[in-house]
Amino acid sequence: MAELTGKYLVGVYDDDDTVLHAVPRLRKAGVKIQEVYSPFPIHGLDEALGHPRTRIGIAAFMFGVTGCCVALTLMIWTMGIDWPMIIGGKDPISIPNYIPITFELTVLFTAFGMVTTFFISNGLSPAAHNHKRFDVRSTDNKFVMAIDMGRNSMSEDEISRVLRDSGAEEVNIKQF
Amino acid sequence: MASAHSIPSIEERFEFTSGAKRNLIIGGAVGVALIALGAYLAASGGGHHEAVAHGAEHAASAIAHPTPENAGKAHVAAEAGHHVKGLAARIWANLWVNAVYFTGISVIGMFFISYNYLAQAGWSAVFKRIPEALPAFLPVTGIVMLITFFFGGHDLFHWTDASLYEVGGEHYDPIIAGKQGFLNTPFFVGRLIFYFVAWYGMWKVIRKYSLQEDEIGGTEFYDKSIRLGTAFLVVFGVTSSTSAWDFVMSIDTHWFSTMFGWYTLASWHVAGLAVITLTIVMLRERGYLRAVNASHLRDLGKFVFAFSIFWTYVWFAQFLLIYYANMPEETIYFIERFRGYDGFFKAPFFITLILNFFLPFLILMTRDAKATHSILKVACWCVIIGHYMDFYTNVMPGTMGSSAGFGPLEWGFFVLFLSAFAYSVASQLEKANLIPRHHPMLEESLHHDIA
Repeated sequence: MAELTGKYLVGVYDDDDTVLHAVPRLRKAGVKIQEVYSPFPIHGLDEALGHPRTRIGIAAFMFGVTGCCVALTLMIWTMGIDWPMIIGGKDPISIPNYIPITFELTVLFTAFGMVTTFFISNGLSPAAHNHKRFDVRSTDNKFVMAIDMGRNSMSEDEISRVLRDSGAEEVNIKQF
Repeated sequence: MASAHSIPSIEERFEFTSGAKRNLIIGGAVGVALIALGAYLAASGGGHHEAVAHGAEHAASAIAHPTPENAGKAHVAAEAGHHVKGLAARIWANLWVNAVYFTGISVIGMFFISYNYLAQAGWSAVFKRIPEALPAFLPVTGIVMLITFFFGGHDLFHWTDASLYEVGGEHYDPIIAGKQGFLNTPFFVGRLIFYFVAWYGMWKVIRKYSLQEDEIGGTEFYDKSIRLGTAFLVVFGVTSSTSAWDFVMSIDTHWFSTMFGWYTLASWHVAGLAVITLTIVMLRERGYLRAVNASHLRDLGKFVFAFSIFWTYVWFAQFLLIYYANMPEETIYFIERFRGYDGFFKAPFFITLILNFFLPFLILMTRDAKATHSILKVACWCVIIGHYMDFYTNVMPGTMGSSAGFGPLEWGFFVLFLSAFAYSVASQLEKANLIPRHHPMLEESLHHDIA
């Protein structure tokens, strides 16, 4: 996510349905919306905002393949090459025996990898102290729409009017 | 946003055109022709490997080297030796494989609507008529199974041999005699009839409710269907396992697996889901079911994807425990399929895994694939053919052994059953509005959106 700097117009809505219908209206009027913040997920909002689809699935697949290879390498090396061991009368390298652990490590790598990727791409980490918020009420009962003035050529008054027309109960200015 | 799209009309009747009827009848005729060709080839002596000679040879070498693995070989070889089966047995075995498989697909239609009623699921209401059309085929498979059992039961089921139970007799088998309380002809036939009467009867009632709801409306039939569906799930919870023991597991009479009921249910379920999905895709391609949107297709694709993995999970759970424990009386089952009968079943064994796990897993993994008609069709056909192979691999070693074949006879029976099944489904679809117009959850289903 890009670093938030500059001047923003912040529209505050009271209702998820209002904000969902406001998004296409604003985009039709030519306003470029930075993001909408909501206390809970709203169906269809991603599509309405025109956000590109997340690529986390590709990352997940890569992590899964890595986990699968790590597990197989680990077991084939330790059980079959470095110190061959016969367990249950099977060959030292017997793939059926390895499948449960391969599955576990695939899932483990995928899960940890996805969470880490998600945190990094969203700038979330225990060391991050860059807590920029448009409106703290977006974690409680309000739906907050942020508009980057640096990316919009329309005037502040004009955007503010469109926001109010679309159902915003407040329009605030936020400077980072 | 779903609300932005206009919802197509819900008033539509499926028309089973004379062209479609003709094609299916031609399909059936092709099946019969293949069967005739296969029977001719088999009768003229083509195909089979020299089972007796090989059997004796293997048995001799196994006796010379008595290890647990060889004990298995000796057993396989001994069975291979004294069971040389003819053309009639092969026909009965093929009828049995297909009848069991299509019974499963049919009853899964009832299973699907029942658990959707129990969960009060909304999303599936729009295409409810498709699973609802499947169980109409049950009487056909039921009668085929009864006839097969009466005329070919002795070729298929080792436990029907009366000499096994004569204490002190030459063929007395204490293990099979111990199972006599369950595996005896009157009880077996009674159970077989009970399954079909219960499954088909309950479907008849839920179907009647569904058609009445279409005319009258209201929530009365919905509530009744929930109760009946729940009752069916209880019945099916038991009968799905016991029928799997009866129809498939009892063929390998000595062997048993506690996973087998689940394993067969998983196989039937994913095959049924593939048939439901394929039918919906084919109807959409012919201009029907426009109200089924990309979200429905994606969810159906997920169902096929998820239950392919579930089947594999159960398959592997059964395999791994037997592989680990390595007890001769259990491993014999896999040894027969791996290297018994000159390795004849090795190919179907691995084709089953490829078609039922690797291909659907890779084909249906991405999000877009699950909403694409052509990809769904490929994946569904993989699963439908793959699970036929699954039942083939389960039934044939124990029934036909070294006399088993895979040629025009097998393809013919599969094509014949498939055509007859498709004919039955299409005639059921024609009987009612294709979308259940008064289903209480229909509105929710029409707006189904998982974006």
